[in-house]
Amino acid sequence: MTSLFEYAPAPESRSIVDIRPSYGLFIDGEFDEGTGTPLKTVNPATEEVLAEVATGSTEDVDRAVRAARRAFTRVWGPMRPADRGKYLFRIARLLQERAREFAVLETLDNGKPIRESRDVDVPLAAAHFFYHAGWADKLEHAGLGPAPRPLGVAGQVIPWNFPLLMLAWKVAPALATGNTVVLKPAETTPLTALLFAEVCRQADLPAGVVNIVTGAGETGRAVVSHPDVDKVAFTGSTEVGRSIARAVAGTDKRLTLELGGKAANIVFDDAPIDQAVEGIVRGIFFNQGHVCCAGSRLLVQESVHDEVVAALQRRIGTLRVGDPMDKNTDLGAINSAEQLARIRELVAAGDDEGARRWQPEGELPDRGYWFKPTVFTDVSPAQRIARDEVFGPVLSVMTFRTPDEAVAKANNTTYGLSAGIWSEKGSRILSVTSKLRAGVVWANTFNEFDPTSPFGGYKQSGYGREGGRQGLAAYLKGDD
Amino acid sequence: MTHVLDPDALADPSGAAGTLPDPFADVTRSNDAFRAFLHGLPGVDQVGAQARVTQLGTRSIKTTAKAWAIDTAISMVDLTTLEGSDTPGKVRSLAAKARRPDPEDPTCPPVAAVCVYGDLAGVAKEALAGTGINVAAVATAFPSGRASRAVKLADVRDAVAGGADEIDMVIDRGAFLAGRYLDVFEEIVAVKQACGSAHLKVILETGELVTLDAVRRASWLAMLAGGDFIKTSTGKVSPAATLPVCLVMLEAVRDFRAATGRQVGVKPAGGIRTTKDAVKHLVLINETVGADWLSPDWFRFGASSLLNDLLLQRQKLRTGHYSGPDHVSVD
Repeated sequence: MTSLFEYAPAPESRSIVDIRPSYGLFIDGEFDEGTGTPLKTVNPATEEVLAEVATGSTEDVDRAVRAARRAFTRVWGPMRPADRGKYLFRIARLLQERAREFAVLETLDNGKPIRESRDVDVPLAAAHFFYHAGWADKLEHAGLGPAPRPLGVAGQVIPWNFPLLMLAWKVAPALATGNTVVLKPAETTPLTALLFAEVCRQADLPAGVVNIVTGAGETGRAVVSHPDVDKVAFTGSTEVGRSIARAVAGTDKRLTLELGGKAANIVFDDAPIDQAVEGIVRGIFFNQGHVCCAGSRLLVQESVHDEVVAALQRRIGTLRVGDPMDKNTDLGAINSAEQLARIRELVAAGDDEGARRWQPEGELPDRGYWFKPTVFTDVSPAQRIARDEVFGPVLSVMTFRTPDEAVAKANNTTYGLSAGIWSEKGSRILSVTSKLRAGVVWANTFNEFDPTSPFGGYKQSGYGREGGRQGLAAYLKGDD
Repeated sequence: MTHVLDPDALADPSGAAGTLPDPFADVTRSNDAFRAFLHGLPGVDQVGAQARVTQLGTRSIKTTAKAWAIDTAISMVDLTTLEGSDTPGKVRSLAAKARRPDPEDPTCPPVAAVCVYGDLAGVAKEALAGTGINVAAVATAFPSGRASRAVKLADVRDAVAGGADEIDMVIDRGAFLAGRYLDVFEEIVAVKQACGSAHLKVILETGELVTLDAVRRASWLAMLAGGDFIKTSTGKVSPAATLPVCLVMLEAVRDFRAATGRQVGVKPAGGIRTTKDAVKHLVLINETVGADWLSPDWFRFGASSLLNDLLLQRQKLRTGHYSGPDHVSVD
């Protein structure tokens, strides 16, 4: 494409956020320094150090859990449910009021395009609080028994791909159901969680109801293995999920895990091709492919394979890769050097194993962590790029000839988080969808999220559901 | 920058009207065959099309890009008056505005064409003599198209004789919706023949076709019949031009060129009133079909009030402040 119409730079201003040089832990309504060695969090688009962030030690986690327990028994547990709802509504409104601040901070800390943090992450995070605020005084109508009760203290560990949104997925249902929270954000993206702590103070949320303890793996282990935590919720890699399951085994703790995925996006020959191409792009390049439910395996009916791949390549050629703060950027930075190394390793494996790699032309910035949108064709289901979760902007294209073959190939994965189907034929959508072993199946769309819809996986994608009426069950117990 | 209309750009490389481009040589052998072909085009998911234009609508076009977009949009305007109350005086005044949209600023480009009813084509032609600005005339019993084919063709020949360089015809939506695709096709072929060297814009009146599937089929039908441009609307039916409709039409001209080698232009008309709307369309072109369509030879805005907003935004960009509506001429 020639450059007749070049978009001038349209950078979002970062002046709306005031990033402090250092941040502490948020325990019992107060910030303190913590006793671990502080971490540095960097802007992955520039490698600039944004701030120093405290690390929570085992003792810090213990203080946080005790604060949460106190808040649960004295304030939050006994509170009228309608009043709990009021706090959640207040938090939701504050997220909306400070939306731009959150969006800018998220983009700086995570590397995702400002368009996505502004139009997806932050509005959805607010929507989760609004949705769950409404549930707070209606739990007896949730189909979970006549008087469901909270569990107590929830220990929650969240990933770096949607820092604020995953916080909302965890904190909103926990608080709405009457639990209190100790949350550990990811080590590379702690800043929006700490800004959320300020929002909790602004909303006059009682001290100890939400505690945020930053740190790395060690801190996370302390949270999930603390004996006084009643419920563990984790979103992240399958590997860490397994170790958490081991740590929790044999205790009374309840556990939900939302882990990896290798979703099939199935395009039938009667699909609306132009919209399917948009959906493929959205499925794998949304958030640089750092999405557990990303449509990373494209299954195309053989009769339209060439047409779809050509259209997809043409479309990828228009993706704007670069400065995440530019309002016109479609694909931002890879979140960390570590993740970039993993993507490179898997792409190299794809090359070695004989798949055909395609990437669009164009330069990447000199500094920061970047990876070009990548499409592999001629992929065989045995290759690593068809089986392992890349968690990056890398798509593997395979073909099928019949609906049965499509279902068999789609289900041939150790994961089962999501899937997509593209067809103009409603009966086919219904019949194929019912055979797919995946927690979420999108029909003629992809990566569409809503707080009313439960989300979660089959097989090694984890267990338990988040969102919707079903998501409440993870934080409530019936009469026992 | 100013765009100059390339006199050769609009010449039809496919030869005589009614000759189908190669891969589709036999699709009009019968109405059933034509129907099978048109219904075999990929469907359009309306939700997905809407989502795509919504996302492109968030593009932030600033400073130099905005200046380029405004000038390009001005050069693409078919400055239009299609009222029963039109007079030669009004057409002459519009022609003057077409030549020098901003009398205070000679760097402001002229528009692409002035669009009038057929009986005023001669007046427009005279007023625009030597300017390079085309005269477009609506014909074929515009806007309803409800007349016999003989009347429609006479309407076209009359406008061409009056000096029209471009004919904006309407398709028979009744026949299209009833599935009589071959009738619609043959009528366009006949009109194209009556046009002679004038180039033909085919108005689909998408507000009456309603679904995006129908828009795609009508677009292909019009392109196969030899239309040089496909145009959304008469401006007399609501909704007129919408972004999802324009997206589907752009996809159609893109795919048609890929299949046949022949490039067809697109003209959204009606309802585009603001600079913001116009810029959204340019972004849509840029990211759907690419720069080949970013010229008045291949893209037009059918509009009357749009030009004044473009001029106000242009002045704002140059002077740094907004002037009022009294700083541009009323038509």
